[in-house]
Amino acid sequence: MNAPLITIENLKKRFDIRMGAFGEKAASVHALDDFTADIIEGETFSLVGESGCGKSTTGFCILNLQRPSGGRVIYKGTDLATLDEDGMRPFRRDLQIVFQDPYSTLNPRMTIGEALSEPILFHGLATKAELPARLTRLLADVGLSQRFASRYPHELSGGQRQRVAIARALACEPRFIVCDEAISALDVSVQAQILNLLLDLQEKYKLTYLFIAHDLAVVRHISDRVGVMYLGRLAELAPAQALFATPLHPYTRALLSAVPEANPHAAQTRQRLQGEVPSPLNPPSGCRFHTRCPLARDTCRATVPPLREVAPGHRVACHAVTSATTTNWEPVSA
Amino acid sequence: MTALLDIKGLTIDIARDTGPARVVDGIDLVVNEGESLGIVGESGCGKSLTMLSLVGLLPNRIKATGGTAQFGGADLLKMSPRELRKLRGAEIGFIFQDPMTSLNPVMRIGDQIAEALIYQTGMAKPAALTRAGELLELVGIPSPRDRLMSYPHELSGGMRQRVMIAIGLAGSPRLLIADEPTTALDVTIQAQIVDLVRELKDRLNMAVVWITHDLALIAGLADRIAVLYAGTVVEDAPVSTIFEKPSHPYTRGLLGSLPTLTDQPMSRLPSIGGTPPEPGRRPPGCPFAPRCALAIAACSAAVPRLTAVPGSDPRHRVACIVTTGQSEAAA
Repeated sequence: MNAPLITIENLKKRFDIRMGAFGEKAASVHALDDFTADIIEGETFSLVGESGCGKSTTGFCILNLQRPSGGRVIYKGTDLATLDEDGMRPFRRDLQIVFQDPYSTLNPRMTIGEALSEPILFHGLATKAELPARLTRLLADVGLSQRFASRYPHELSGGQRQRVAIARALACEPRFIVCDEAISALDVSVQAQILNLLLDLQEKYKLTYLFIAHDLAVVRHISDRVGVMYLGRLAELAPAQALFATPLHPYTRALLSAVPEANPHAAQTRQRLQGEVPSPLNPPSGCRFHTRCPLARDTCRATVPPLREVAPGHRVACHAVTSATTTNWEPVSA
Repeated sequence: MTALLDIKGLTIDIARDTGPARVVDGIDLVVNEGESLGIVGESGCGKSLTMLSLVGLLPNRIKATGGTAQFGGADLLKMSPRELRKLRGAEIGFIFQDPMTSLNPVMRIGDQIAEALIYQTGMAKPAALTRAGELLELVGIPSPRDRLMSYPHELSGGMRQRVMIAIGLAGSPRLLIADEPTTALDVTIQAQIVDLVRELKDRLNMAVVWITHDLALIAGLADRIAVLYAGTVVEDAPVSTIFEKPSHPYTRGLLGSLPTLTDQPMSRLPSIGGTPPEPGRRPPGCPFAPRCALAIAACSAAVPRLTAVPGSDPRHRVACIVTTGQSEAAA
């Protein structure tokens, strides 16, 4: 196994909600709580979970696009969480992001060539003379011909725009790319093209991905390790194969069970999660999943379960799970 | 089985400054009584427009320009706006993708459901509110009587979609059209909504048309699937046939490019090269030919018609001259 590229310790993000004439703090949204994990060089580390679970916030806090409220993000021996904009600048080149909707992240008045030249010139990675050759190579990397350099975003299809967004992230020769729902808005046939592209680029440039997504089949397809998040906390973290073969956290199990299968004969009687995700404004005490968990006991309501390693590399935050093979408790009948 | 809805040769055009651009090009589609039909296709294939055209809900500048749609002995495409208004909700119910934009934000939930009931059945307000409470209970909303007084913003996304379903069901329609009703929802909530509609379909004996881009989702929902590409039906077959013996190269490509929970991780997915044609820039002949690995010269000569697939289920029809062997016959 390679060395960690980024070490994340107890990362926290709280959004304060201010109300009233003097902007008193009325409440805080606990978007991310005690996120601890290493991102290994060359791997695809995926975060999954439902809306509001904090997966995107994690990506933003790692890149310091949102300032963490606590915790550390160690990259090349430096804690990124303590840096201001100027301090971050030398690191920005290495750490890039691709968003869900390339239409709203590309400047509509800039040609694709201009959009791609900007980061290259800003970071001094090529001279004006070298630029055209560089753009051609960059476009070729993402499967576009150099004719695209003179086009505007509105002339491109969704898949082509996402290729440009990836090219823009690649322009400054990064080591780490956060893919924040980067393929979620694409049609199935185009989604497969972009997934293949991401895999090819990773191989070619030894990239490390933090892949944020809600489509579990996609995540299983491209990940080395997967973290499952629920209401701002990691519920389970495991090698992709182990997570999908032997999910241990009751939430992971429910989540996997809810994924529709492209098979008309698949069993339709599945485990259904009752209720909905509680508000992060006022998260449940103890284990945040206890309000919907079929196994929940008093302990779960009182104490936060630690993220424990129950098998090599397989960590679970659940009082009921103490080994990789057994769940200690029977479901509580309501 | 009797046909509840029979669409023949439907064409829909967008009026543009440069002239009309065709988005739906001769769709033939049947929905049987009590059946669950899935309409599958990617953005812009015309799956939503086809259904919206039936009940006169097409946006300005987009018009149904040809074909017929028989429903209950009448042609929907020839009905006046007044007749269609009577039909919407009462005979054909709708659920849309985004409940937040379909619900009125300044009107209580109960009033919104009651409004539909009062319009369709002429019942008095108190009776309509009582019935609204029953509908909320039917769609699984906890403490339904209290919820009548809530505003849409007080409900979660899943609950709002349940309210939309309650409104869709208010007139006891014979056909419920569900246009991507779970796309905006999380996977665990999606599972709840899908279970709910499936259960209601059986209990109320309605036909349901599911419009979706999600092949995996539709696998567990539909009795029959119609695959649309660039405004035409390219394949129409019972659900198990579509998944086990897909015939059209586009259907095969779609199924192949879908990552599943059982495939080989990190493998390159077979993908369909290129992108669907834009409206008004349809290639001659088969619209899929420019992206198709099996295409031959004859494919670009004429638009292929839906024909039975030799040796398959009698209800299995496909619009492809290569996979049905017509190209050899012609040669």
